[in-house]
Amino acid sequence: MSKPLWHSIVAAALMSMLGGALPRVADSEIVEQPLPFRLRDTGLYTEGRDLQIDARNLAFSPQYPLWSDGAGKRRWIYLPPGTAIDGSRPDAWEFPAGTRLWKEFSVRDERASAAFGPKVRSVETRFIERLADGSWRYAAYVWNEEGTDATLAHADGIAALPVAGAPNGRYVIPSQSDCRACHEGAAVPVLGFSALQLSTDRDPLSPHAEARSGIDLRGLIARGLIVNLPPSLTDTPPRIAARSPVERASLGYLHGNCAHCHNDSGAGAPVDLILAQSVAPEAAGAERVLRSMIGTGSRFRAHGTSSDTSLIAPGRPDASVLIARVSSRNPRTQMPPLGTRLQDNEALALLERWIADPSHPPEELKP
Amino acid sequence: MNRSNLMQDARAATLLVLATTTLGIHPAHADDSEAGKLARGKYLVTIAACNDCHTPWREGPAGPEPDMSRMLSGHPQSLPILAPAPISIGWLSATAPTNTAFSGPWGVSFTANLTPDRETGLGKWTQATFAQTIRTGRHMGRGRKILPPMPIPMYKNFTDADLAAIFTYLQSIPPVSNRVPEPLPPAEPAGG
Repeated sequence: MSKPLWHSIVAAALMSMLGGALPRVADSEIVEQPLPFRLRDTGLYTEGRDLQIDARNLAFSPQYPLWSDGAGKRRWIYLPPGTAIDGSRPDAWEFPAGTRLWKEFSVRDERASAAFGPKVRSVETRFIERLADGSWRYAAYVWNEEGTDATLAHADGIAALPVAGAPNGRYVIPSQSDCRACHEGAAVPVLGFSALQLSTDRDPLSPHAEARSGIDLRGLIARGLIVNLPPSLTDTPPRIAARSPVERASLGYLHGNCAHCHNDSGAGAPVDLILAQSVAPEAAGAERVLRSMIGTGSRFRAHGTSSDTSLIAPGRPDASVLIARVSSRNPRTQMPPLGTRLQDNEALALLERWIADPSHPPEELKP
Repeated sequence: MNRSNLMQDARAATLLVLATTTLGIHPAHADDSEAGKLARGKYLVTIAACNDCHTPWREGPAGPEPDMSRMLSGHPQSLPILAPAPISIGWLSATAPTNTAFSGPWGVSFTANLTPDRETGLGKWTQATFAQTIRTGRHMGRGRKILPPMPIPMYKNFTDADLAAIFTYLQSIPPVSNRVPEPLPPAEPAGG
């Protein structure tokens, strides 16, 4: 083990022993402390109960989940008592200081402990928290094989954690800079917890869609956990204004998997591609996204091609850069560039079907 | 002002000069004006040897030299490289004659166009994009990993002010339209 890693673990362990557990925000004010060494000290679980989720943490499930090589996921959010999300910017919710989110990743493993159900083993739980100064911090906690405890990973992550059930038996724990690379490219670093993702009008064709569970937009409104939402969102659950179910699901998939970099928030990748759907009342719905995708050249050039290439070549998935990059798992060209080493075949089939259909995109948007 | 105060001021000034000299602090470092940032950025780009790899070399009268008419425009699109170079046993990597393409165990990397051309360079980048790129070692701050020999492990230690100065300078140089190729994967193992 490298010296910095060893020092970091000892320091974190000492902090934990000295009472490094995060205070609840009800404790009058938010005080930034080092990240707890143990996941159980982040506030996810009820104190004194073995891995029982604290009732103050609300489970949720986005309708367009991020593809993570088929890993199972559970997610929770904690909002400090007496606070609420400010939804006045409907595409960039303002979360109160002290907000915490967790996402637990699990893989199927024949040898898994019965504690997590048959054939499923928790590998890591990611944690993000908004601090008093408005910044966000990120951490990953790695579960032991028995599934009894998870401890803080080094900030550099783990490039190849041996995990049976992971692709090639190796699992990648992201570094904190990798966390920032994805989360801080969006309008707000909380991904997957937004008006569209929590809409009660869920997309039945969304790849890897999970059954709706936990808090949704309607529940947030009813419980007063979000304020200042535009009336259009409180009256009608948002949905992507696509021209067909396949287009709706395709655009939703791109929103959930690509929009954290490809958006017009000013923080994303500096390319002319918007895949983030807007639920703002004045937004032109899906059309804004379609216009940025169709008929525009791609900056990317595969070797051996000299002419301009199109992100989407209508009717021709094989000539569309979108398909080439989503299907690639060459780390130099794949999209998304982080967090996946396996093709998402279900999504690829959907996207190819969308591009191949002669009615997609609409005539007026074709080049 | 009495003599004692004058002596104190003189000693303080001497110490300041000694400190800045000893610590190697460039005088422009403290200048937050645009002109100061520009000068500091030019200085850093020069001493950090950015031109060594990001400006294509040509054969000059005294041997290979950076072609400053294509300053910091990266690997020329007119020089396609379609496969990794064969590497002799005992050697790690090979370099293109322009010193802008590098073949090694990572595949083939091509140096980026750092000029402010909007379509092929950094013209659409923000200072935050640039800082995140150097800090994270990822293309555009969010994409694929930046490949060797870019010295990210060293450069990520630049201060925020240094990175801001470098970006300010890079945005001021002449734009060059040059679409740098995507990196190539490593060669398949022989007989594999």
